[in-house]
Amino acid sequence: MDEPTDITITTEQRGDACVLFPVGDIDLSRSPVLRASMKTALDDKPQRLVIELSGVSYMDSSGVATLVEAMQLSRKAGVGLVLCSLTERVQSIFEIARLEQVFTITDDLDGALAT
Amino acid sequence: MTDAASIVKHADQAAEHAVELRLLSHPTYLAGARELVSGISRRLGFDDKGSGQIALAVDEALANIINHGYQRAPDRPIWIKLWSEAGPGLAGVRIVVEDEAPHVDVAKICGRDLEDVKPGGLGVHIIKEVMDSAEYSTRDPVGMRLTMVKHLNDTHAPCPDGPAPMDTPANG
Repeated sequence: MDEPTDITITTEQRGDACVLFPVGDIDLSRSPVLRASMKTALDDKPQRLVIELSGVSYMDSSGVATLVEAMQLSRKAGVGLVLCSLTERVQSIFEIARLEQVFTITDDLDGALAT
Repeated sequence: MTDAASIVKHADQAAEHAVELRLLSHPTYLAGARELVSGISRRLGFDDKGSGQIALAVDEALANIINHGYQRAPDRPIWIKLWSEAGPGLAGVRIVVEDEAPHVDVAKICGRDLEDVKPGGLGVHIIKEVMDSAEYSTRDPVGMRLTMVKHLNDTHAPCPDGPAPMDTPANG
């Protein structure tokens, strides 16, 4: 099945951290794009993987599942995973799924880079 | 007219004015379905948070049908039916999502244990968390039906510049 790719993901190196900046809604049709970017980033074995989510105004459970998968892959690879700058709606779905204590989440990118 | 009769009359009027959307089981259409449901919910008086939660519930229901009911087949039918709920303390929105997927035991439709952190299995939990009620049933002869209801808080007035709510006599 062809999947739409109307989500953009920029990758930047900040010190020892690889930072992903996804922009767009993350649902069943877009989460594969995020998953591919995260796997590519993890292949380079950065010390930390930061996902800056200020550009994500909507995320459903497929997006959450993708981030849980990233957490598991990061742990296996010995890479620290930090989420930052969650919008109110994305924060809400993490709370509904009771995952806000499972992930390392910071208010902003500076906080993520300082962890 | 008694209160009970009034509620029945409102319900009949609401049913007459239901919005119905038929879409194919392709993930591309999720965003459009969310926008439609969210927009109608706002017109019915839900605030941004409430309309966003309703759209999230519909999105999760559709994603479950696509992933599990239709095993990712992109060309199967899904119906979304939406109408307003009326009556004292009952105002809100009722949404029915139907498909032609094989029957499953409704008793076995449940979210995963949240303590068992792993990818997937959150959709049903999210639906039940954000809606006031969510009930699965089977359709005859094939397909599943999910009926969801969310009530308005009394503090949320209908959008003043929007169209009349779908269940008002003005529309009947």
